[in-house]
Amino acid sequence: MAMVAFLFIAVVVLGSALGLVLKRNAIHGALFLVVNLGGIAALYLTLGAEFLAAAQVIVYAGAIMVLFVFAIMVLIPGKEETGPDPRQRYRMLALPIGAVLLAELVMIVARRGTPSTGPGGPGGVEVIGRLLFTDYLFPFELTSVLLLAAMVGVMLLARRTSRGPVEPMEAPPAAEAEHDGAASHRDGLEASRSGT
Amino acid sequence: MIPESYYLALSAMLFVIGVVGVVVRRNPLVIFMSIELALNAANLALVAFGHRHGTADGQALVFFVMAVAAAEVAVGLAIIVVIFRARHRLSVDDLNLMRW
Repeated sequence: MAMVAFLFIAVVVLGSALGLVLKRNAIHGALFLVVNLGGIAALYLTLGAEFLAAAQVIVYAGAIMVLFVFAIMVLIPGKEETGPDPRQRYRMLALPIGAVLLAELVMIVARRGTPSTGPGGPGGVEVIGRLLFTDYLFPFELTSVLLLAAMVGVMLLARRTSRGPVEPMEAPPAAEAEHDGAASHRDGLEASRSGT
Repeated sequence: MIPESYYLALSAMLFVIGVVGVVVRRNPLVIFMSIELALNAANLALVAFGHRHGTADGQALVFFVMAVAAAEVAVGLAIIVVIFRARHRLSVDDLNLMRW
């Protein structure tokens, strides 16, 4: 049984990894990567690493992938969501699927008396936390410095001053550099493309 | 019980796919995602090793890898955004300024 589960997850993980590399569309690649990271979280669960599985979903599939999707959306302007929607019928599928999800959640919450797992083997929060605050205390504290440095560096890089941190190299129109936000940026990009 | 060598084999395949993605693709964002793939393959191997030895040290290491990956992604994406602002194109083939 465990072997079947492992093989299934392995196939999903490998397939989504291949999809990331082979698909031409970056957004598709990002969604494949989300599937991949979720599969790896499931593999962590099969290895008894519950804390890491949760952290994987929260940090990778949550925070990092949101950052990726955001960057892709800003940098590669795709088709806008304007005009008639050709896939409206498919989007209507969200309603029954959402209803099923709601029913599942209600069932789970209504079913009382689920046994608490308690402090388990070497994968629970307690063991990891103890390790992090004893043996690995110094690297743990260093991590905070690293994250702070990364945060400051990103703010410095992303700052848009009047002169700009990076001088334009191929003489793009600098007029749009004053605007903020993705929409005006995109408009300026289109204008510059049609202008050249 | 699944032997750890299975996990290691899967990790190796994932790592190879990630490296191939870094080499093959031209979009820096996809290259970044491939790097994440390779990092995750290494994480999986670490957890498998820790499982084999019955300790949680591998998992603590993975925790640090996750933190470093988060910082790396934030800085890397900011750099990509700055490059895009300067050149209005996104292809690593164009970025040969530092080539000797």
